[in-house]
Formats: sequence, structure tokens, C-alpha cells
Amino acid sequence: MPAFLSPELGLIFWQLVIFLLVLFLLAKFAWKPILLALKEREDSIEGALRMADQAKLEMQQLKAGNEKLLAEARQERDRMMQEATVMANQHREAEKARATAEANTIIQQAREAIQTEKNAALAEVKNTAAKLSLDIAERILRRELTDPAAQTQLVDSYLKDVKLN
Amino acid sequence: MKRLLSILLCFVSLSVFANEPAGEGAKAEGFNPGEMILHHIGDSHEWHWLATDNGNFTTYLPIIAYRPGKGLSVFSSKHISNGEAEGPAKEYDGLKLEHEHLVSTDGSKVYDFSITKNIAALIGSAVLMLVIFTAVASGYKKNHGRAPKGVQSFFEPIIVFIRDEVAKKNIGPKYERYMPYLLTVFFFIWFNNLLGLTPGAANLSGNIAVTMVLAVLTLIITLASSNKYYWAHIFATPGVPKPLLPIMIIVEVIGIFTKPFSLMIRLFANITAGHIVVLSFISLVFIFKSWAVAPVTLAFGLFINVLELLVALLQAFIFTLLTAMYIGGAVEEHHDADLQIGYNEDGSPMHAAHH
Repeated sequence: MPAFLSPELGLIFWQLVIFLLVLFLLAKFAWKPILLALKEREDSIEGALRMADQAKLEMQQLKAGNEKLLAEARQERDRMMQEATVMANQHREAEKARATAEANTIIQQAREAIQTEKNAALAEVKNTAAKLSLDIAERILRRELTDPAAQTQLVDSYLKDVKLN
Repeated sequence: MKRLLSILLCFVSLSVFANEPAGEGAKAEGFNPGEMILHHIGDSHEWHWLATDNGNFTTYLPIIAYRPGKGLSVFSSKHISNGEAEGPAKEYDGLKLEHEHLVSTDGSKVYDFSITKNIAALIGSAVLMLVIFTAVASGYKKNHGRAPKGVQSFFEPIIVFIRDEVAKKNIGPKYERYMPYLLTVFFFIWFNNLLGLTPGAANLSGNIAVTMVLAVLTLIITLASSNKYYWAHIFATPGVPKPLLPIMIIVEVIGIFTKPFSLMIRLFANITAGHIVVLSFISLVFIFKSWAVAPVTLAFGLFINVLELLVALLQAFIFTLLTAMYIGGAVEEHHDADLQIGYNEDGSPMHAAHH
């Protein structure tokens, strides 16, 4: 067997000792801190990404909430305006009705007053007419109705008096 | 295990045996490419950086030998190395080098724990890895929770890739426990593959002892984390008729060992083969001793070298991926996973929906 194919005892020994020593030292002073730092960094990056995602989600929720709030406010405003319109209309109608009713009452009262006045005036006219008639009849009766011309003249003069009144 | 390994190694090495004598016979005294290549991919007790007309630049490495009865002896390889010069082997303290193999002069048993070129490269790459990855780790402390900077930003995607695409996908929810091994094995293989391509450097990840240790560690981790489903799959393979079970058990038990064995051979063979091909193209210059072959040598050498850069990464990835898959097979909770059912997207077992 050629020399390069037969493992030498010395090299096996030193390779084993030195390799295990390197393995131990690197494991303790290199691989452990390196792998730990890599893991930490990956975890922190993942955490940051997850937090960003969450923030994005929250932002979206907030935005959606805002929009919902805005829509609600808009709806509320519309509702309020509608209510106000309805109320104003109602109020106006009521006012109108009240005014009409009042006007009607006034008119009614006025009519009644006019009627009363009219009745009173008519009664007075009647009384006056009766009195005049009585006066005229009395005067006619006092002149004893001798002369028909004088009678007519008399009636006319009386009538003139009436007109003057 | 060892006998099995030797038998399988023999099959693998047959073609290498067949090629070797031709090269040696043809060039008896001059340049011998086979020897040069084997020398370059092999281990040695000194680090030969480069040779010039004025001499060789070599670092002599420490020899550490243990002999039963004599105890430990430590000295510089300068005392027994001939360097590049020919001549009878030097002797020191009853030890000598025979084809880079440390033997005692009296023929007694020697255990060679020398810091060879490969082990020096191993220590160097270990230090390099420690420096680089503690720097990366300190980057995470400095830029806590912020974007990565500098060397940290170069290695972060690779670490994340190993974690997400290799460990998580193949092991499942229990992946975290195996991350240190997967990352260490990936960067160890990748760094040493690249360092091995550097001129003058050692061929560490193309050494079978190195790949064997890594494969055995994978095997140990796989077996240590195996659950009852893993063993149920081996000793009572679902969907297999009862009379066939004895055969299937043998096949499955062999399968436990062939998986890490394939890991060992794949990495070793890929890296060593790459080095051999690059060195072969360089050898053409010395074989033909002509400027005319330079364009061919350069073009092919460059092409293979760039390819090797890809292979360096690819083999590190494949070794890590297969390790993760073997571990994943051992820790799988539900044995219907073969059919791609029984697991949710996140890897958690789903019981309610399935039955």
C-alpha cells in the first residue's frame, strides 16, 4: 500500500486532538455567540415586521372607524336636519292654523258686533221712524187737515226736516 | 473495522499501483514525476518551502517519538533529515527516517507523534480559524442588532446557509445541537482545501488520516444521537419480507460504516486527485524540457487550479451536507419521512392529520 493511502498514527492523534480543541473553542467563543446574535437579530426583525403589520392593521381599523364615525355623523346631521324641517313645517302649519283660527274668531266677533250694531241701528231707525211718524201724525192731526194743499205743504216741510236730520 | 478498511482501501489503490512502475522505470536517474508528485501530496518531517540554485529553504520540524521502554524523545528533524540531498539515512538517538517514515535503528517499535508538515499546517489552520471566527463573533458583539460589517458580513451568509439549507433541512427541529460540529467541519475542510492549493503548503485535507478522523467523528455523532427508529430501520427495515431480513440486516449494518467510509474516501480522493492533476501538468515542463509545452501547461494548470478552488468549496459542502443527512437520519422521529410525509413545514411531526 503506498504511503499516502495508509493513515499515520501521529497525524490521526494530532488531527483528533487539534480538531476537537478547535471544535470546543469555536463552539464556545465563536459559534455560540454568532448563532445567538443571528437568532436575536432575526427575531427582532421578525418582531419589527410583525409590529409594522399590526400597526398597519390598527391604522386601517382606525381609518375604518373614522369613516364609520364620519358616516354616522353625516347620517345624524341628515336626520337632525330632516327632523328640524319636519318640526319647522309642523310649527308653521300650527302657527298658520292658529292665526287662521284667530282671524276667524276676530271676523266672527266683528260680524257679531256689526250685527249687534246693525240691530241697534235698525231698532233706533225704527224707533225714530215711529217717533217721527207719531210726530208727523200728531202735527197733521193738530192742523186738523183742512186744506189739502196746506196738508201736502206741511208733509213736505216735515219731510224736509226729516232730511235735515 | 480496520480489516474492512484495509480491504476497501486495496480496491481503491489498485489503479495507483498499476500506474506507478511505468513512471519509475522510464526515468531512472533524471526527473521522476511519480516520485515528485507522491512526495508533494505526502507528509514529511520537514517543511520544504522552495529550492533555488543556491540551496533549499527548509524548516525543520520537531520529532516526537515514543518507544515502549525508552520513553519519549523530542528533537529537531535537522538531526535525521537529509533534506533534498541523496545519501545514507542519518541516525540520531537510535532513530532514522526511511521514506519519511520514522523507524528505530534496532528495529523496535516506534510511535511517531512528530509535528510533521501536515500537523504544522493543521496547527496553522486551527489558529487561523480561531482568529477569524473569534473576530467574526466579536463583530456580533460590536454591531449588536445591526447590519454585519467587514469579515463578519463575508462569513454571515455562509453560516446562515449552513444553518438554514444544510442543518435545518436535513436534521429537522433538533438541528441546533449539531451546528457547532457542522460549522467547524465545513470551515475546517474548506480552509484546509484552499490552504492546500497554496504553493509550498501541506496537503492536509487530502490526507487519509485527516479525512478518517472527520468521518469517524461523524459516525460517532450519528450513532450517539440515533433513536429507536434509526435502529428499527436497520434491524426491521419496513416493507421488507421476513425471509429477506437476515440479508437486509447485514446490508444495513454494513451501511452504517460505508457512509462515513465514503465521506473519508470522497474528500481524500477529490483533494489528492486535484493535487496530482495540477502537479502532473507542472511536471510536463520538466519531462519535455521545452518552452513549447508552457502554453499547454499554463492553460491546463490554471484551469485545473481554478476548478480546484470550486472543488475546495464543493467538497467542504458535500462533507457537511452528508454529515447533516446522516445525523438527520439518526434523529428522525417518524420513519415515514422517506416518503416525504409525517412532517409539517416547520419540521414538527404531525400526528393528528396523518392517521
